[in-house]
Amino acid sequence: MTASSARRRPRGLLRSAVLYGLMLIAFAAILAPFAWLLISSVSRPADLLAKPLSFIPPTVTFDRYAALTFGANPDSSAEGFRAAMLNSLTIATAVTGIALVVGVPAAYAFARLRFAGRGRLVLIFMATYMLPPIALVIPLYQIMSGLDLLDTRAALIIIYSSFVTPFVIWIMRGYIEGISPELDDAARVDGCSRLGALIRVVLPVSVPGLVSTGLLAFLLAWDEFFYALVMTQTNAAKTLPVALNDFIGRHGVDFGLLAAGGVIAAIPPVLIAFVFQRYLVAGLTAGGVKG
Amino acid sequence: MDQVIAARRRLNPRTWSEAWTAGAFVAPAALVILLIVAYPLVRALWLSIHDVVLTRPGQEPLVGLQNYTTELTNPDFWAAVWRSLSFTVLSTALELLLGVGLALLMDQPLRLRWLLRSLVILPWALPTIVNALMWRWIDNAEYGALNALLYQSGLIDGYQQWLSNPDTAMGMVILADVWKMTPLVAILVLAALQGISREQIEAARVDGAGIVATFRYVVLPLLTPTLLIILVLRTMEAFKVFDIIWIMTNGGPANATQSIAIYAYQTAYRSYDFGRGSALGYLIALAIMILAAIYLRLLGRVGRS
Repeated sequence: MTASSARRRPRGLLRSAVLYGLMLIAFAAILAPFAWLLISSVSRPADLLAKPLSFIPPTVTFDRYAALTFGANPDSSAEGFRAAMLNSLTIATAVTGIALVVGVPAAYAFARLRFAGRGRLVLIFMATYMLPPIALVIPLYQIMSGLDLLDTRAALIIIYSSFVTPFVIWIMRGYIEGISPELDDAARVDGCSRLGALIRVVLPVSVPGLVSTGLLAFLLAWDEFFYALVMTQTNAAKTLPVALNDFIGRHGVDFGLLAAGGVIAAIPPVLIAFVFQRYLVAGLTAGGVKG
Repeated sequence: MDQVIAARRRLNPRTWSEAWTAGAFVAPAALVILLIVAYPLVRALWLSIHDVVLTRPGQEPLVGLQNYTTELTNPDFWAAVWRSLSFTVLSTALELLLGVGLALLMDQPLRLRWLLRSLVILPWALPTIVNALMWRWIDNAEYGALNALLYQSGLIDGYQQWLSNPDTAMGMVILADVWKMTPLVAILVLAALQGISREQIEAARVDGAGIVATFRYVVLPLLTPTLLIILVLRTMEAFKVFDIIWIMTNGGPANATQSIAIYAYQTAYRSYDFGRGSALGYLIALAIMILAAIYLRLLGRVGRS
Protein backbone atom coordinates (compact mmCIF):
# COMPACT_ATOMS: atom_id res chain seq x y z
CA MET A 1 0.00 0.00 0.00
CA THR A 2 2.70 2.46 1.00
CA ALA A 3 4.94 1.21 -1.74
CA SER A 4 2.35 1.62 -4.47
CA SER A 5 1.28 5.12 -3.37
CA ALA A 6 4.96 6.06 -3.11
CA ARG A 7 5.54 4.93 -6.66
CA ARG A 8 3.00 7.41 -7.97
CA ARG A 9 4.59 10.52 -6.49
CA PRO A 10 8.05 11.63 -7.65
CA ARG A 11 8.92 12.80 -4.15
CA GLY A 12 7.89 9.46 -2.73
CA LEU A 13 9.98 7.75 -5.37
CA LEU A 14 13.04 9.76 -4.40
CA ARG A 15 12.40 9.01 -0.75
CA SER A 16 12.23 5.29 -1.24
CA ALA A 17 15.29 5.37 -3.50
CA VAL A 18 17.21 7.04 -0.68
CA LEU A 19 15.87 4.62 1.91
CA TYR A 20 16.72 1.56 -0.15
CA GLY A 21 20.14 3.03 -0.85
CA LEU A 22 20.73 3.42 2.88
CA MET A 23 19.52 -0.09 3.42
CA LEU A 24 22.01 -1.40 0.88
CA ILE A 25 24.80 0.43 2.71
CA ALA A 26 23.63 -1.03 6.01
CA PHE A 27 23.65 -4.57 4.58
CA ALA A 28 27.12 -4.07 3.14
CA ALA A 29 28.51 -2.56 6.34
CA ILE A 30 27.13 -5.37 8.46
CA LEU A 31 28.04 -8.25 6.18
CA ALA A 32 31.27 -7.32 4.38
CA PRO A 33 33.73 -7.59 7.30
CA PHE A 34 32.33 -10.90 8.46
CA ALA A 35 32.16 -12.20 4.89
CA TRP A 36 35.87 -11.44 4.54
CA LEU A 37 36.57 -13.41 7.71
CA LEU A 38 34.68 -16.38 6.25
CA ILE A 39 36.41 -16.07 2.88
CA SER A 40 39.83 -15.82 4.52
CA SER A 41 39.16 -18.95 6.50
CA VAL A 42 38.62 -21.03 3.35
CA SER A 43 41.16 -19.41 1.00
CA ARG A 44 44.54 -20.96 0.32
CA PRO A 45 47.39 -19.13 2.10
CA ALA A 46 49.00 -18.05 -1.18
CA ASP A 47 45.73 -16.49 -2.38
CA LEU A 48 45.43 -14.45 0.79
CA LEU A 49 48.89 -12.95 0.23
CA ALA A 50 48.36 -12.23 -3.48
CA LYS A 51 48.55 -8.73 -4.88
CA PRO A 52 46.25 -7.55 -6.29
CA LEU A 53 44.00 -9.31 -3.86
CA SER A 54 41.10 -11.26 -5.25
CA PHE A 55 38.07 -10.89 -3.02
CA ILE A 56 36.55 -14.05 -4.40
CA PRO A 57 38.89 -16.98 -3.76
CA PRO A 58 39.93 -18.96 -6.83
CA THR A 59 40.01 -22.18 -4.80
CA VAL A 60 38.34 -23.13 -1.57
CA THR A 61 39.79 -25.33 1.16
CA PHE A 62 38.33 -26.53 4.43
CA ASP A 63 41.63 -27.96 5.65
CA ARG A 64 41.95 -25.46 8.47
CA TYR A 65 38.57 -26.32 9.92
CA ALA A 66 39.51 -29.99 9.82
CA ALA A 67 42.86 -29.27 11.46
CA LEU A 68 41.29 -27.22 14.24
CA THR A 69 38.45 -29.59 15.00
CA PHE A 70 38.47 -33.29 14.13
CA GLY A 71 41.49 -33.79 11.89
CA ALA A 72 44.03 -36.45 12.86
CA ASN A 73 47.49 -35.56 14.21
CA PRO A 74 46.79 -32.02 15.41
CA ASP A 75 49.85 -29.78 15.78
CA SER A 76 50.35 -27.83 19.00
CA SER A 77 48.17 -24.88 17.87
CA ALA A 78 45.31 -27.16 16.93
CA GLU A 79 45.67 -29.10 20.15
CA GLY A 80 45.56 -25.89 22.15
CA PHE A 81 42.54 -24.74 20.23
CA ARG A 82 40.62 -27.96 20.85
CA ALA A 83 41.40 -27.84 24.54
CA ALA A 84 40.33 -24.20 24.65
CA MET A 85 36.99 -25.01 23.01
CA LEU A 86 36.25 -27.56 25.67
CA ASN A 87 37.39 -25.21 28.45
CA SER A 88 35.24 -22.38 27.14
CA LEU A 89 32.19 -24.61 26.88
CA THR A 90 32.64 -26.05 30.37
CA ILE A 91 33.29 -22.70 32.00
CA ALA A 92 30.48 -20.81 30.29
CA THR A 93 27.97 -23.58 31.04
CA ALA A 94 28.96 -23.86 34.70
CA VAL A 95 28.88 -20.09 35.19
CA THR A 96 25.44 -19.83 33.59
CA GLY A 97 24.10 -22.53 35.90
CA ILE A 98 25.57 -21.02 39.06
CA ALA A 99 24.50 -17.49 38.19
CA LEU A 100 20.91 -18.56 37.49
CA VAL A 101 20.58 -20.64 40.67
CA VAL A 102 22.06 -17.91 42.84
CA GLY A 103 20.70 -14.91 40.97
CA VAL A 104 17.06 -15.78 40.29
CA PRO A 105 15.91 -15.95 43.97
CA ALA A 106 17.65 -12.63 44.61
CA ALA A 107 15.99 -11.14 41.54
CA TYR A 108 12.63 -12.35 42.83
CA ALA A 109 13.27 -10.81 46.25
CA PHE A 110 14.21 -7.48 44.67
CA ALA A 111 11.17 -7.52 42.41
CA ARG A 112 8.53 -8.68 44.88
CA LEU A 113 9.48 -8.49 48.54
CA ARG A 114 9.50 -5.36 50.66
CA PHE A 115 12.43 -5.01 53.03
CA ALA A 116 14.64 -2.32 54.49
CA GLY A 117 17.60 -1.35 52.32
CA ARG A 118 16.26 -2.99 49.20
CA GLY A 119 17.05 -0.07 46.91
CA ARG A 120 20.54 0.29 48.30
CA LEU A 121 21.23 -3.42 47.91
CA VAL A 122 20.12 -3.34 44.28
CA LEU A 123 22.51 -0.44 43.69
CA ILE A 124 25.37 -2.38 45.29
CA PHE A 125 24.77 -5.33 43.00
CA MET A 126 24.61 -3.04 39.98
CA ALA A 127 27.82 -1.35 41.04
CA THR A 128 29.50 -4.76 41.26
CA TYR A 129 28.63 -5.41 37.66
CA MET A 130 30.08 -2.07 36.65
CA LEU A 131 33.37 -2.50 38.53
CA PRO A 132 36.32 -2.58 36.16
CA PRO A 133 38.05 -5.99 36.29
CA ILE A 134 41.37 -4.21 36.58
CA ALA A 135 40.40 -3.13 40.11
CA LEU A 136 39.93 -6.76 41.18
CA VAL A 137 42.37 -8.74 39.12
CA ILE A 138 45.45 -8.33 41.31
CA PRO A 139 43.92 -9.50 44.60
CA LEU A 140 42.01 -12.25 42.76
CA TYR A 141 45.27 -13.38 41.22
CA GLN A 142 46.89 -13.55 44.65
CA ILE A 143 43.88 -15.34 46.17
CA MET A 144 43.78 -17.92 43.38
CA SER A 145 47.51 -18.38 43.68
CA GLY A 146 47.12 -18.91 47.45
CA LEU A 147 44.37 -21.47 46.88
CA ASP A 148 46.51 -23.17 44.24
CA LEU A 149 43.80 -22.49 41.67
CA LEU A 150 45.83 -20.53 39.12
CA ASP A 151 45.48 -22.02 35.66
CA THR A 152 42.35 -23.99 36.51
CA ARG A 153 38.85 -23.83 35.11
CA ALA A 154 37.53 -23.54 38.66
CA ALA A 155 39.24 -20.18 39.12
CA LEU A 156 37.55 -18.75 36.04
CA ILE A 157 34.18 -20.24 37.00
CA ILE A 158 34.40 -18.60 40.43
CA ILE A 159 35.52 -15.25 39.08
CA TYR A 160 32.99 -15.11 36.25
CA SER A 161 30.15 -15.90 38.66
CA SER A 162 30.93 -12.62 40.41
CA PHE A 163 29.90 -10.50 37.44
CA VAL A 164 27.42 -12.82 35.72
CA THR A 165 25.30 -13.14 38.90
CA PRO A 166 24.59 -9.39 39.20
CA PHE A 167 23.79 -9.38 35.50
CA VAL A 168 21.25 -12.18 35.98
CA ILE A 169 19.72 -10.35 38.94
CA TRP A 170 19.42 -7.16 36.97
CA ILE A 171 17.71 -8.69 33.93
CA MET A 172 15.50 -11.13 35.85
CA ARG A 173 14.32 -8.45 38.26
CA GLY A 174 13.06 -6.42 35.31
CA TYR A 175 11.44 -9.52 33.90
CA ILE A 176 9.70 -10.60 37.12
CA GLU A 177 8.43 -7.07 37.70
CA GLY A 178 6.60 -7.42 34.41
CA ILE A 179 4.69 -10.47 35.65
CA SER A 180 1.42 -9.76 37.41
CA PRO A 181 1.92 -9.98 41.22
CA GLU A 182 -1.62 -11.34 41.48
CA LEU A 183 -0.25 -14.60 40.18
CA ASP A 184 1.95 -15.23 43.18
CA ASP A 185 -0.59 -13.69 45.56
CA ALA A 186 -3.04 -16.36 44.40
CA ALA A 187 -0.47 -19.06 45.02
CA ARG A 188 0.17 -17.63 48.48
CA VAL A 189 -3.52 -17.69 49.30
CA ASP A 190 -3.50 -21.32 48.28
CA GLY A 191 -0.93 -21.92 50.98
CA CYS A 192 2.32 -21.73 49.03
CA SER A 193 5.39 -20.34 50.74
CA ARG A 194 7.33 -17.63 48.94
CA LEU A 195 9.76 -20.23 47.68
CA GLY A 196 6.83 -22.42 46.61
CA ALA A 197 5.27 -19.50 44.75
CA LEU A 198 8.58 -18.76 43.06
CA ILE A 199 9.17 -22.34 41.96
CA ARG A 200 5.62 -23.39 41.12
CA VAL A 201 4.11 -20.21 39.72
CA VAL A 202 6.65 -17.55 38.85
CA LEU A 203 9.37 -19.71 37.27
CA PRO A 204 7.04 -21.57 34.89
CA VAL A 205 5.71 -18.31 33.44
CA SER A 206 9.26 -16.87 33.38
CA VAL A 207 10.68 -19.50 31.04
CA PRO A 208 11.23 -17.04 28.18
CA GLY A 209 12.95 -14.66 30.58
CA LEU A 210 15.07 -17.44 32.02
CA VAL A 211 16.07 -18.59 28.55
CA SER A 212 17.11 -15.13 27.41
CA THR A 213 18.91 -14.38 30.67
CA GLY A 214 20.69 -17.73 30.59
CA LEU A 215 21.79 -17.20 27.00
CA LEU A 216 23.05 -13.70 27.71
CA ALA A 217 24.91 -15.02 30.76
CA PHE A 218 26.49 -17.73 28.60
CA LEU A 219 27.58 -15.17 26.02
CA LEU A 220 29.05 -12.96 28.75
CA ALA A 221 31.20 -15.82 30.04
CA TRP A 222 32.09 -17.02 26.54
CA ASP A 223 33.31 -13.55 25.62
CA GLU A 224 35.50 -12.86 28.66
CA PHE A 225 39.16 -12.29 27.91
CA PHE A 226 40.90 -10.21 30.55
CA TYR A 227 40.68 -12.51 33.59
CA ALA A 228 41.40 -15.53 31.40
CA LEU A 229 44.51 -13.81 30.05
CA VAL A 230 45.81 -13.21 33.57
CA MET A 231 44.74 -16.42 35.25
CA THR A 232 45.55 -19.13 32.70
CA GLN A 233 48.87 -20.47 31.45
CA THR A 234 48.32 -23.83 29.77
CA ASN A 235 45.80 -25.90 27.85
CA ALA A 236 44.37 -26.97 31.20
CA ALA A 237 42.35 -23.78 31.50
CA LYS A 238 42.97 -21.47 28.54
CA THR A 239 39.72 -20.34 26.97
CA LEU A 240 39.06 -19.64 23.30
CA PRO A 241 39.78 -15.91 23.46
CA VAL A 242 43.18 -16.62 25.03
CA ALA A 243 43.94 -19.41 22.55
CA LEU A 244 43.11 -17.05 19.68
CA ASN A 245 45.32 -14.37 21.21
CA ASP A 246 48.15 -16.92 21.30
CA PHE A 247 47.70 -17.56 17.57
CA ILE A 248 48.55 -13.94 16.88
CA GLY A 249 51.76 -14.11 18.82
CA ARG A 250 52.99 -17.17 16.96
CA HIS A 251 55.33 -16.17 14.15
CA GLY A 252 54.53 -17.17 10.63
CA VAL A 253 50.98 -18.17 11.47
CA ASP A 254 48.67 -18.46 8.52
CA PHE A 255 46.08 -15.66 8.64
CA GLY A 256 43.49 -18.05 7.33
CA LEU A 257 44.00 -20.29 10.35
CA LEU A 258 43.35 -17.33 12.62
CA ALA A 259 40.19 -16.57 10.63
CA ALA A 260 39.01 -20.18 10.86
CA GLY A 261 39.62 -20.17 14.62
CA GLY A 262 37.67 -16.94 14.88
CA VAL A 263 34.76 -18.35 12.91
CA ILE A 264 34.62 -21.46 15.11
CA ALA A 265 34.70 -19.35 18.28
CA ALA A 266 31.88 -17.25 16.85
CA ILE A 267 29.63 -20.18 15.97
CA PRO A 268 27.95 -20.74 19.37
CA PRO A 269 27.14 -17.07 20.05
CA VAL A 270 26.04 -16.38 16.47
CA LEU A 271 23.82 -19.47 16.44
CA ILE A 272 22.34 -18.47 19.79
CA ALA A 273 21.76 -14.96 18.54
CA PHE A 274 19.93 -16.01 15.40
CA VAL A 275 17.86 -18.82 16.87
CA PHE A 276 16.86 -16.97 20.03
CA GLN A 277 16.84 -13.45 18.64
CA ARG A 278 13.36 -12.67 19.94
CA TYR A 279 14.22 -13.80 23.46
CA LEU A 280 17.53 -11.98 23.48
CA VAL A 281 16.02 -8.71 22.37
CA ALA A 282 13.31 -9.09 25.00
CA GLY A 283 15.95 -9.75 27.65
CA LEU A 284 18.10 -6.83 26.58
CA THR A 285 15.19 -4.41 26.58
CA ALA A 286 13.87 -5.72 29.91
CA GLY A 287 17.23 -5.08 31.51
CA GLY A 288 18.15 -1.99 29.55
CA VAL A 289 14.97 -0.04 29.69
CA LYS A 290 13.30 -0.97 32.94
CA GLY A 291 16.47 -1.62 34.93
CA MET B 1 -0.03 9.39 57.01
CA ASP B 2 2.68 7.61 55.05
CA GLN B 3 4.74 7.39 58.20
CA VAL B 4 1.91 5.76 60.08
CA ILE B 5 1.53 3.17 57.38
CA ALA B 6 5.26 2.63 57.28
CA ALA B 7 5.43 2.19 61.06
CA ARG B 8 2.53 -0.21 61.02
CA ARG B 9 4.20 -2.16 58.24
CA ARG B 10 7.37 -2.41 60.28
CA LEU B 11 5.43 -3.93 63.19
CA ASN B 12 3.38 -6.17 60.99
CA PRO B 13 4.49 -9.81 61.48
CA ARG B 14 3.93 -10.53 57.84
CA THR B 15 6.42 -7.82 56.87
CA TRP B 16 8.90 -9.32 59.30
CA SER B 17 8.61 -12.71 57.77
CA GLU B 18 8.90 -11.10 54.35
CA ALA B 19 12.19 -9.53 55.40
CA TRP B 20 13.47 -12.91 56.58
CA THR B 21 12.42 -14.54 53.31
CA ALA B 22 14.10 -11.76 51.38
CA GLY B 23 17.25 -12.28 53.42
CA ALA B 24 17.28 -15.97 52.60
CA PHE B 25 16.66 -15.30 48.90
CA VAL B 26 19.38 -12.68 48.61
CA ALA B 27 21.93 -14.45 50.84
CA PRO B 28 23.53 -16.76 48.22
CA ALA B 29 24.07 -13.92 45.77
CA ALA B 30 25.32 -11.67 48.57
CA LEU B 31 27.77 -14.36 49.64
CA VAL B 32 29.15 -14.62 46.10
CA ILE B 33 29.64 -10.88 45.97
CA LEU B 34 31.18 -10.71 49.44
CA LEU B 35 33.73 -13.41 48.72
CA ILE B 36 34.63 -12.66 45.12
CA VAL B 37 34.18 -8.89 45.02
CA ALA B 38 34.12 -7.26 48.43
CA TYR B 39 37.01 -9.20 49.95
CA PRO B 40 39.30 -8.67 46.93
CA LEU B 41 38.37 -4.98 46.98
CA VAL B 42 39.56 -4.72 50.57
CA ARG B 43 42.77 -6.53 49.68
CA ALA B 44 43.29 -4.23 46.73
CA LEU B 45 42.94 -1.27 49.06
CA TRP B 46 45.61 -2.77 51.31
CA LEU B 47 47.90 -3.39 48.33
CA SER B 48 47.36 0.11 47.03
CA ILE B 49 48.77 1.71 50.18
CA HIS B 50 51.77 -0.61 50.31
CA ASP B 51 54.83 -0.83 48.13
CA VAL B 52 54.33 -4.32 46.69
CA VAL B 53 56.59 -5.38 43.85
CA LEU B 54 56.58 -9.08 43.06
CA THR B 55 60.21 -9.19 42.05
CA ARG B 56 61.11 -8.06 45.55
CA PRO B 57 59.24 -10.48 47.84
CA GLY B 58 59.10 -10.12 51.59
CA GLN B 59 59.37 -6.34 51.54
CA GLU B 60 55.99 -4.67 51.55
CA PRO B 61 56.30 -1.43 53.47
CA LEU B 62 53.30 0.80 54.12
CA VAL B 63 53.61 3.87 51.93
CA GLY B 64 50.25 5.56 52.49
CA LEU B 65 48.95 7.40 49.48
CA GLN B 66 52.26 7.39 47.68
CA ASN B 67 51.12 5.01 44.92
CA TYR B 68 48.17 7.30 44.26
CA THR B 69 50.21 10.50 44.23
CA THR B 70 52.85 8.87 42.01
CA GLU B 71 50.17 8.11 39.44
CA LEU B 72 48.23 11.35 39.77
CA THR B 73 51.41 13.29 39.02
CA ASN B 74 52.50 10.95 36.25
CA PRO B 75 52.01 12.33 32.71
CA ASP B 76 51.76 8.77 31.33
CA PHE B 77 48.74 8.19 33.54
CA TRP B 78 47.00 11.32 32.33
CA ALA B 79 47.84 10.52 28.73
CA ALA B 80 46.15 7.14 29.19
CA VAL B 81 43.13 8.79 30.85
CA TRP B 82 42.89 11.15 27.93
CA ARG B 83 43.03 8.30 25.40
CA SER B 84 40.33 6.38 27.26
CA LEU B 85 38.16 9.47 27.32
CA SER B 86 38.55 10.13 23.62
CA PHE B 87 37.83 6.47 22.84
CA THR B 88 34.76 6.64 25.06
CA VAL B 89 33.35 9.89 23.70
CA LEU B 90 33.99 9.12 20.04
CA SER B 91 32.82 5.52 20.04
CA THR B 92 29.74 6.19 22.16
CA ALA B 93 28.74 9.22 20.10
CA LEU B 94 29.13 7.35 16.82
CA GLU B 95 27.30 4.30 18.14
CA LEU B 96 24.36 6.39 19.33
CA LEU B 97 24.17 8.41 16.14
CA LEU B 98 24.47 5.46 13.76
CA GLY B 99 22.36 3.23 16.01
CA VAL B 100 19.43 5.67 16.02
CA GLY B 101 19.77 6.08 12.26
CA LEU B 102 19.78 2.34 11.71
CA ALA B 103 16.80 1.88 14.03
CA LEU B 104 14.80 4.52 12.16
CA LEU B 105 15.67 2.80 8.90
CA MET B 106 14.57 -0.57 10.25
CA ASP B 107 11.31 1.03 11.39
CA GLN B 108 10.42 2.12 7.83
CA PRO B 109 7.95 -0.04 5.90
CA LEU B 110 10.57 -1.33 3.46
CA ARG B 111 10.88 -4.63 1.69
CA LEU B 112 13.62 -6.84 3.15
CA ARG B 113 13.62 -4.94 6.41
CA TRP B 114 12.93 -8.24 8.16
CA LEU B 115 16.25 -9.48 6.79
CA LEU B 116 18.06 -6.38 8.02
CA ARG B 117 16.39 -6.73 11.41
CA SER B 118 17.63 -10.27 11.84
CA LEU B 119 21.10 -9.78 10.34
CA VAL B 120 21.77 -6.71 12.44
CA ILE B 121 22.39 -8.87 15.48
CA LEU B 122 25.43 -10.52 13.83
CA PRO B 123 28.14 -7.98 14.72
CA TRP B 124 26.92 -7.81 18.30
CA ALA B 125 26.93 -11.61 18.59
CA LEU B 126 30.54 -11.95 17.43
CA PRO B 127 32.80 -12.40 20.45
CA THR B 128 34.86 -9.27 21.15
CA ILE B 129 38.08 -11.17 20.50
CA VAL B 130 36.88 -12.48 17.15
CA ASN B 131 35.77 -8.99 16.19
CA ALA B 132 39.16 -7.57 17.14
CA LEU B 133 41.01 -10.32 15.26
CA MET B 134 38.85 -9.79 12.22
CA TRP B 135 39.58 -6.07 12.09
CA ARG B 136 43.24 -6.63 12.83
CA TRP B 137 43.36 -8.83 9.75
CA ILE B 138 41.30 -6.43 7.61
CA ASP B 139 43.51 -3.50 8.66
CA ASN B 140 46.73 -5.47 8.07
CA ALA B 141 49.36 -3.20 6.51
CA GLU B 142 50.63 -5.69 3.94
CA TYR B 143 47.81 -8.08 3.13
CA GLY B 144 44.73 -6.45 4.60
CA ALA B 145 41.46 -6.28 2.72
CA LEU B 146 41.00 -2.59 3.56
CA ASN B 147 44.26 -1.64 1.84
CA ALA B 148 43.47 -3.89 -1.11
CA LEU B 149 39.97 -2.46 -1.46
CA LEU B 150 41.04 1.18 -1.24
CA TYR B 151 44.14 0.71 -3.40
CA GLN B 152 42.52 -1.39 -6.09
CA SER B 153 39.66 1.09 -6.40
CA GLY B 154 42.15 3.96 -6.62
CA LEU B 155 41.22 5.72 -3.39
CA ILE B 156 44.72 5.53 -1.90
CA ASP B 157 48.09 5.71 -3.63
CA GLY B 158 49.80 3.10 -1.52
CA TYR B 159 49.17 0.64 1.29
CA GLN B 160 48.68 2.31 4.67
CA GLN B 161 49.96 1.15 8.06
CA TRP B 162 46.54 1.54 9.63
CA LEU B 163 47.37 -0.04 12.98
CA SER B 164 51.03 0.77 13.25
CA ASN B 165 50.62 4.45 12.49
CA PRO B 166 49.95 6.41 15.71
CA ASP B 167 47.69 8.81 13.79
CA THR B 168 45.27 6.17 12.55
CA ALA B 169 45.49 3.34 15.11
CA MET B 170 42.95 4.77 17.55
CA GLY B 171 40.55 5.51 14.69
CA MET B 172 40.73 1.90 13.51
CA VAL B 173 40.08 0.59 17.02
CA ILE B 174 37.08 2.90 17.33
CA LEU B 175 35.82 1.72 13.94
CA ALA B 176 35.97 -1.89 15.11
CA ASP B 177 34.13 -1.05 18.32
CA VAL B 178 31.48 0.96 16.48
CA TRP B 179 30.91 -1.89 14.04
CA LYS B 180 30.26 -4.30 16.89
CA MET B 181 28.20 -2.10 19.22
CA THR B 182 26.05 0.02 16.87
CA PRO B 183 23.69 -2.92 16.26
CA LEU B 184 22.98 -3.23 19.99
CA VAL B 185 22.01 0.45 20.11
CA ALA B 186 19.87 -0.01 17.00
CA ILE B 187 18.09 -3.04 18.49
CA LEU B 188 17.30 -1.25 21.76
CA VAL B 189 16.18 1.94 19.99
CA LEU B 190 14.05 -0.03 17.55
CA ALA B 191 12.29 -1.70 20.49
CA ALA B 192 11.61 1.75 21.95
CA LEU B 193 10.39 3.07 18.59
CA GLN B 194 7.94 0.22 18.32
CA GLY B 195 6.55 1.26 21.69
CA ILE B 196 5.60 4.68 20.31
CA SER B 197 2.06 4.68 19.01
CA ARG B 198 1.52 5.38 15.34
CA GLU B 199 -1.33 7.75 16.26
CA GLN B 200 1.03 10.13 18.02
CA ILE B 201 3.24 10.36 14.96
CA GLU B 202 0.36 10.61 12.53
CA ALA B 203 -1.30 13.30 14.63
CA ALA B 204 1.86 15.37 14.38
CA ARG B 205 2.04 14.81 10.64
CA VAL B 206 -1.60 15.83 10.22
CA ASP B 207 -0.83 18.99 12.17
CA GLY B 208 1.64 19.81 9.42
CA ALA B 209 4.90 18.78 11.06
CA GLY B 210 7.56 17.59 8.62
CA ILE B 211 9.65 14.46 9.11
CA VAL B 212 12.41 16.33 10.91
CA ALA B 213 10.03 18.23 13.19
CA THR B 214 8.11 15.05 14.00
CA PHE B 215 11.32 13.34 14.93
CA ARG B 216 12.60 16.28 16.91
CA TYR B 217 9.41 17.06 18.89
CA VAL B 218 7.53 13.76 19.05
CA VAL B 219 9.86 10.80 18.61
CA LEU B 220 13.06 12.05 20.22
CA PRO B 221 11.53 13.01 23.58
CA LEU B 222 9.94 9.57 23.81
CA LEU B 223 13.28 7.94 23.01
CA THR B 224 15.23 10.00 25.55
CA PRO B 225 15.01 7.56 28.48
CA THR B 226 16.24 4.66 26.32
CA LEU B 227 19.01 6.77 24.83
CA LEU B 228 20.13 7.92 28.26
CA ILE B 229 20.37 4.37 29.56
CA ILE B 230 22.33 3.30 26.49
CA LEU B 231 24.59 6.32 26.99
CA VAL B 232 25.20 5.33 30.61
CA LEU B 233 25.99 1.70 29.84
CA ARG B 234 28.11 2.41 26.79
CA THR B 235 30.24 5.11 28.43
CA MET B 236 30.95 2.94 31.44
CA GLU B 237 31.85 -0.04 29.26
CA ALA B 238 33.95 2.06 26.93
CA PHE B 239 35.87 3.76 29.70
CA LYS B 240 37.21 0.45 30.94
CA VAL B 241 38.00 -0.84 27.45
CA PHE B 242 40.75 -3.45 27.35
CA ASP B 243 40.27 -6.48 25.12
CA ILE B 244 39.47 -5.01 21.72
CA ILE B 245 42.51 -2.73 21.95
CA TRP B 246 44.76 -5.40 23.40
CA ILE B 247 44.05 -7.77 20.51
CA MET B 248 44.25 -5.14 17.77
CA THR B 249 47.31 -3.12 18.86
CA ASN B 250 48.53 -4.22 22.30
CA GLY B 251 48.18 -0.57 23.26
CA GLY B 252 50.64 0.53 20.59
CA PRO B 253 52.02 1.90 18.38
CA ALA B 254 54.10 4.08 20.70
CA ASN B 255 51.29 3.84 23.27
CA ALA B 256 48.89 5.59 20.85
CA THR B 257 46.02 3.31 21.89
CA GLN B 258 47.07 2.62 25.47
CA SER B 259 43.81 3.00 27.37
CA ILE B 260 43.77 3.45 31.11
CA ALA B 261 42.95 -0.24 31.68
CA ILE B 262 45.86 -1.28 29.46
CA TYR B 263 48.14 1.14 31.26
CA ALA B 264 47.10 -0.33 34.61
CA TYR B 265 47.54 -3.90 33.37
CA GLN B 266 51.00 -3.15 32.03
CA THR B 267 52.00 -1.44 35.26
CA ALA B 268 50.83 -4.43 37.27
CA TYR B 269 52.02 -7.28 35.07
CA ARG B 270 55.02 -5.95 33.16
CA SER B 271 56.81 -4.35 36.07
CA TYR B 272 55.03 -6.57 38.62
CA ASP B 273 54.19 -3.47 40.63
CA PHE B 274 51.04 -4.71 42.37
CA GLY B 275 50.89 -1.70 44.68
CA ARG B 276 50.70 0.85 41.90
CA GLY B 277 48.52 -1.47 39.83
CA SER B 278 46.00 -1.66 42.65
CA ALA B 279 46.04 2.10 43.14
CA LEU B 280 45.32 2.46 39.43
CA GLY B 281 42.50 -0.06 39.70
CA TYR B 282 40.96 2.01 42.47
CA LEU B 283 41.31 5.23 40.52
CA ILE B 284 39.57 3.69 37.49
CA ALA B 285 36.81 2.20 39.65
CA LEU B 286 36.34 5.57 41.34
CA ALA B 287 36.07 7.35 37.99
CA ILE B 288 33.44 4.87 36.83
CA MET B 289 31.46 5.17 40.06
CA ILE B 290 31.49 8.96 39.76
CA LEU B 291 30.22 8.62 36.20
CA ALA B 292 27.53 6.23 37.43
CA ALA B 293 26.44 8.62 40.19
CA ILE B 294 26.17 11.54 37.78
CA TYR B 295 24.16 9.44 35.37
CA LEU B 296 21.85 8.10 38.06
CA ARG B 297 20.95 11.66 39.03
CA LEU B 298 20.40 12.52 35.41
CA LEU B 299 18.19 9.47 34.92
CA GLY B 300 16.26 10.28 38.08
CA ARG B 301 15.55 13.76 36.78
CA VAL B 302 14.35 12.49 33.41
CA GLY B 303 12.30 9.79 35.10
CA ARG B 304 10.48 12.35 37.25
CA SER B 305 9.76 14.87 34.50
